[in-house]
Amino acid sequence: MDNESQYSGYSYKSSHSRSSRKHRDRRDRHRSKSRDSSSRGDKSVTIQTPGEPLLDAESTRGDDRDDNWGETTTVVTGTSEHSISNEDLTRVTKDLEESTPLECKRFLGPALGGCLSFFALVTPLAFLILPQVLWRDVLEPCGTPCEGLYVSLAFKLLVLLISSWALFLRPPRATLPRFFVFRCLLMVLVFLFVASYWLFYGVRVLEPKERDYRGIVEYAASLVDALLFIQYLALVLLEVRHLQPAFCLKVVRSTDGASKFYNVGHLSIQRAAVWVLDRYYSDFPVYNPALLNLPKSILSKKMTGFKVYSLDENTTNNSTGQSRAMIAAAARRRDNSHNEFYYEECEMDRRVRKRKARLVVAVEEAFTHIKRLHEEEVASSPKHPREVMDPREAAQAIFASMARAMQKYLRTTRQQAFHSMESILTHLQFCITHNMTPKAFLERYLTPGPTMQYQQQNGRGRQWTLVSEEPVTSSLRQGLVFSLRRLDFSLVVTVTPLPFLRLGEEFIDPKSHKFVMRLQSETSV
Amino acid sequence: MAFTPGQPVTAVVQRIEIQKLRQGDNLILGFSIGGGIDQDPGQNPFSEDKTDKGIYVTRISAGGPADEAGLRMGDKIMQVNGWDMTMVTHDQARKRLTKKNEDVVRLLVTRKSLEDAVRQSMTRP
Repeated sequence: MDNESQYSGYSYKSSHSRSSRKHRDRRDRHRSKSRDSSSRGDKSVTIQTPGEPLLDAESTRGDDRDDNWGETTTVVTGTSEHSISNEDLTRVTKDLEESTPLECKRFLGPALGGCLSFFALVTPLAFLILPQVLWRDVLEPCGTPCEGLYVSLAFKLLVLLISSWALFLRPPRATLPRFFVFRCLLMVLVFLFVASYWLFYGVRVLEPKERDYRGIVEYAASLVDALLFIQYLALVLLEVRHLQPAFCLKVVRSTDGASKFYNVGHLSIQRAAVWVLDRYYSDFPVYNPALLNLPKSILSKKMTGFKVYSLDENTTNNSTGQSRAMIAAAARRRDNSHNEFYYEECEMDRRVRKRKARLVVAVEEAFTHIKRLHEEEVASSPKHPREVMDPREAAQAIFASMARAMQKYLRTTRQQAFHSMESILTHLQFCITHNMTPKAFLERYLTPGPTMQYQQQNGRGRQWTLVSEEPVTSSLRQGLVFSLRRLDFSLVVTVTPLPFLRLGEEFIDPKSHKFVMRLQSETSV
Repeated sequence: MAFTPGQPVTAVVQRIEIQKLRQGDNLILGFSIGGGIDQDPGQNPFSEDKTDKGIYVTRISAGGPADEAGLRMGDKIMQVNGWDMTMVTHDQARKRLTKKNEDVVRLLVTRKSLEDAVRQSMTRP
């Protein structure tokens, strides 16, 4: 990818300053990290056509990428006078993303569906009311059977209304890249039904001013029946069909290998993607880019072992012998890197445990400084006037004694980006209010929680890109692989079908459980 | 075959000589033993006295060396190659019988029918 030529839409990539690339990478890493941990409660998934090189300008691959990238790229630059450096562009796109208004496209689908269903519900009433309004005097009176039909019509409409409210009137949680096939099918079906009923109504009833009112009422009742059946179909297609598990999805995060297995039913790829993302936010530990790489000391030693080459034309025996010796020495030296890795890890563990011990002790001691004041105590001890605090003040009072230990611990485990002082104080206040023990307070910091824990609620969506080789409305199959890409990591999902189970039966008579003492041990010689 | 502890045991024995059969890497005799001072004597189906902790033959493989030599199921082994078998653990008994450098084991076995036969012949005038 480094040597590909890139042209027009991405021509801004050409005009970057090579020297500042390192700084740009580092800055972008921080920026995207902060973007990840801020805002957005909803998710939106957009598709990206396969085959295009994934151009994430804010990719955080870090400093070990080849820095001489720019020298070997051939680019065709556009004919613009001024060149915008990449930094400006990322800043602009970031501002744009954060300040876009709510996408109206998000609400288009539900709005359409709502209109259609309202129309469908009002139609039977219209069928009944129109003859009464237009040619009431000509109508034949209709006795008891009509009243029965009225009642059943009313109840069926009520049931339709309530179940539509219960099932379909929910705020959408994701926008999918392609049409949701089943939903479209159902909307088309409803539209066709209602339209054809109106057609027949117009031709057979309104035109000749039909006088048999009972027939009209029965006609309206049949429409309501049909709508009920369509709703049953909708229930089965949208809600029930995918409940029986049929496939096992393996979801692996590309950066640190965190993986989980999920069982899903028959879904299309895009719906499965939304399903996986739902689970991702509460099951996967939060992505911490600081925890990824081997320490630099180990990697650099590994790299410098092999740069032995001589460009001499006439190599004497002496020099080849020397270079061979050097290569052998380098090969032997290479063996030590795993050793160093092991010791480095042990040292890291020890450090983390030491800091953790200090933190736990500090928090325990801090919690002993305050206690909850009960109502009776206020009156019973007038001679010891204590200062009464609300939870916020109490939290602030004891925070100072544990702040240092907490900060050091967070730094050692590289979590300091996720917890600001304000958030720690808020959490402390929360724990104090709910009578939690120090251990419960620390639970949030000792283990990296799921990503959901670090989200702040916001109306904006979360942007994920679904990358797949198959069209995303096709349903899941064995061996399918698709990935959900975010700016700096991606989730790779593999689909395998669940095995077919052959369950056999074996009947054991409860009376058949009989035992004898074992005879003396018998040895054959 | 009752015995009183501390008193020498008297029994009518039969001498049986078994040639070990070579089967692959092992030398087998073709019978199974049970009993021993570390085993439970009450389980022994062949002994008359249920406190007898001696070594008994529990099974004979048909056509094997023991079968041909005349060993019968239920025999109590008193001696093997001169070594006593009345007061040994099960494992010791097994070891005495399966020594690799011996081709032949000479057993002294006793059974109820032997004693009956002797008594019968003694009471007959």
